[in-house]
Amino acid sequence: MRSHRLKILMVIVALAAVAIVVPNTGSFVILLVTRALAFSILVMSLDILLGYTGLASLGQAAYLGVGAYATAILATKYHFGLGWDFWLVLLIGILLGAALAAFFGLLAIRASGVYFLMITLALGQCVWGLAYRWNSLTGGDNGINLRERPKFGGIDLANELTFFFLVFAVFCASLALMYTLVRSPFGRSLAGIRERELRMQILGYNTWLHKYIAFIIAGAFGGLSGVLWAHTAGIVSPENVVLTTSVDALLMAVLGGAGTLVGGVIGTFIVFGLREFLSTLVPWWQYVLGVVYVATILYLPTGLMGIPERLRQKRAKPDNPDGAKKLASLHHAEKTT
Amino acid sequence: MNLNFWVIQTFNGISYGALLFLVGSGLSLIFGVMRIVNLSHGSYFMLGGYVALTVIWTTGSWLLAIPVAALTIAFLGLAMERIFLRQLGFDPLRQVLLTVGFAFLFQQAALDIWSGNNFDINPPAVLSQSIQIGGIFLPLYRAFMIAIALAIGLVLWLVMEKTQIGAQVRATVDDAQMARGVGIDTSRISMMIFSLGAFLAALGGVIGGAFLGIYPGLDFEMLPIAFAVVIIGGMGSLGGAAIGALIVGLADNFGKALFPEISYFTLYAPMALILAVKPTGLFGRE
Amino acid sequence: MSADTAANGQTPVLELKGLSKSFGGLHAVRGVTFKIMPGDRKAIIGPNGAGKTTLFNLITGIFPASSGQVLLFGQDITGWQSHRRTALGMARTFQITSLFPRLTVLDNVLLAIEGLRPSKFVMWRFLSSYRDVYDKAHQLLEQAAFADRANTEVRYLSHGEQRQLEIVLGLASDPKILLLDEPAAGLSSGESVEMTEFLMRLDPELAILLIEHDMDVVFDLAHTISVLHFGEVLETGKPEQIKNSQKVQEIYLGTG
Repeated sequence: MRSHRLKILMVIVALAAVAIVVPNTGSFVILLVTRALAFSILVMSLDILLGYTGLASLGQAAYLGVGAYATAILATKYHFGLGWDFWLVLLIGILLGAALAAFFGLLAIRASGVYFLMITLALGQCVWGLAYRWNSLTGGDNGINLRERPKFGGIDLANELTFFFLVFAVFCASLALMYTLVRSPFGRSLAGIRERELRMQILGYNTWLHKYIAFIIAGAFGGLSGVLWAHTAGIVSPENVVLTTSVDALLMAVLGGAGTLVGGVIGTFIVFGLREFLSTLVPWWQYVLGVVYVATILYLPTGLMGIPERLRQKRAKPDNPDGAKKLASLHHAEKTT
Repeated sequence: MNLNFWVIQTFNGISYGALLFLVGSGLSLIFGVMRIVNLSHGSYFMLGGYVALTVIWTTGSWLLAIPVAALTIAFLGLAMERIFLRQLGFDPLRQVLLTVGFAFLFQQAALDIWSGNNFDINPPAVLSQSIQIGGIFLPLYRAFMIAIALAIGLVLWLVMEKTQIGAQVRATVDDAQMARGVGIDTSRISMMIFSLGAFLAALGGVIGGAFLGIYPGLDFEMLPIAFAVVIIGGMGSLGGAAIGALIVGLADNFGKALFPEISYFTLYAPMALILAVKPTGLFGRE
Repeated sequence: MSADTAANGQTPVLELKGLSKSFGGLHAVRGVTFKIMPGDRKAIIGPNGAGKTTLFNLITGIFPASSGQVLLFGQDITGWQSHRRTALGMARTFQITSLFPRLTVLDNVLLAIEGLRPSKFVMWRFLSSYRDVYDKAHQLLEQAAFADRANTEVRYLSHGEQRQLEIVLGLASDPKILLLDEPAAGLSSGESVEMTEFLMRLDPELAILLIEHDMDVVFDLAHTISVLHFGEVLETGKPEQIKNSQKVQEIYLGTG
């Protein structure tokens, strides 16, 4: 119990530091942090599936996509969501993400392991295909440019600091909600499903339903991050829903440490940071990223957040290679038949 | 839309399907034997094309480019399997992530070595002609693609069905654990199949480079299409990959020609549906 | 209630009627019929491959039955999914330990308790705020002498401890009938005596259906024994009868 409180405290301190430090930096950093915050909501939503439920989705960008496209289409075609009705768009993004996940989940949740990977890949590609080709709605390859950000009351989100605080607030709320979720009875049931689904059925859980609900919740947060992303980037294009974006999100979650929520955020910041800073410094920055990914998967399967735990175990049980090996496995779906 | 339209589109679809068979059959076998979702398969395709370009630039020989490119990438796949994938054991998620990490590395390497320009691989003049059949001009090169795919398919089929190695591969696809139990060296089979898959994908890159071109981003463009082939055909089945390739090739061509706005959707939606209903694919074994 | 009431007017907890399962051409379970009354302790023995675990999987809904019926408290549950059967009061353990290895002992038990509570769908409140669930978990762990290891991750427990925790998880839902699949598998003789004693201390009203190879456990625990051979019930009787049965000697005790 105490270690939980300590962790919460550390996260609050870190968030406070972000809220204090970032506004005093240049616009480059403010924009970078805003982007990373918006995207990390998607990464956390994926972590609910990957780290907590044991479902590795290769199509999570689709939910960011519906949120982002909905925002852009409403804003440019109907001039909707640029005033107080922005909050309505936020809600629409969440609902669309949830609705899409509710539909896709019907197809995907039955599958497990590698098949789940493949089916989410296929579903993600469906969304990409529509975004890429449905010119009249999505602007095709060029995407949609958002020319303005919402303005309501005395608040003008065109101001990048104001916008940063909005994204930061939504991020904090999302983190708090998802943290509550993963520690709730429902969230714990997901961990049980990750560890041993058959046993959960025997214990009285309708595991299909639990996974389905988790999938929808992840979709809802994905849609939310999409709305923020659209206004952060100012452009929505097929690039946002392409396979590599989904894969990026997956790698960020694993880099930070799957099944920790906060790890996904750290992973997102590292990758965004490497991309933005390193790319201005050296031309071979992408090698660094590739090597970081490969090294993480090979040598640090529990991610950065898993380092303290690994050190502790090395000290506590130097003679338990079996335990360490099992820990080193991200593959939770040990199923008995 | 006259008869010519249908004939030409069908021909184009089949020849595109021939190319997809080269990419898809390897991916399918890799999945069947190792249960790995190999996300660097598109990279093999792209790198095959690039290596071929280099060979053509230095030697001027297109014919030489084909084996050199395919073997180089086969070796690359072999190294990847031996040095990295091997040590992960059976852990699908980490394997997938590792292959994608490599895909990113390959992408950057290709960008550095071959720049961000678009290139075409020009086949010899003999193959660049068109042949006229019943008043319709058909590019000879596409006929050549079909012939290559048929030849490769035949060889693969013979090896799988008639040789000792082939029998071992089939046994591993059916039940790797059982195969190990009866003394089949599945580790060696995995190594062979993985590099064979890379070989075939690179071959596809060289041959497909003539009409798709070779450019950055080609890797992740081919990858999902190759998966569509594998999933529709059924994982780990050669015949399935052939049928899947044909279906996807035709669907892609007619989709783009008939309803361009939803053409990719018409490709991937059936893929998702098939997976949902029968995860092992239309022609895959349970 | 159904017509299938026994002489004393009670409904059987579990009743199987001609339950069969075939995989392809293989008949794993053939026409198994029996009743279990409240408080009954019944053991199923038989050589490896006799279909014992398959029978359990049919009863608990992991496999669909090919034919026949499963009745739980007189209600036909043949086509039901596992989780609904559990909700009616059935619990089971597994031959191959199937706990949640990377969760703590306490978390394992909490999951087992939550399984039948509507609060398992609550997602806006921490599980740790449910005092009653925690109290019950601690009480269960106390009974099984696990209290000191509540915060140990299950994968670090010994095999014997894991076998025992299997049963604690089965008991967490307050079942009326408990199916035990080789509870003593892999235990040392000292451990299996402990296990037997632990099982004998359970609520006498709880019906137990037991698969076990360790005959000491079986004869200590069971009131009746059925012998399964090639998926069929060969003989049923009191432990004494089974011990002395010629047929059983031949197929099982003699060769086993």
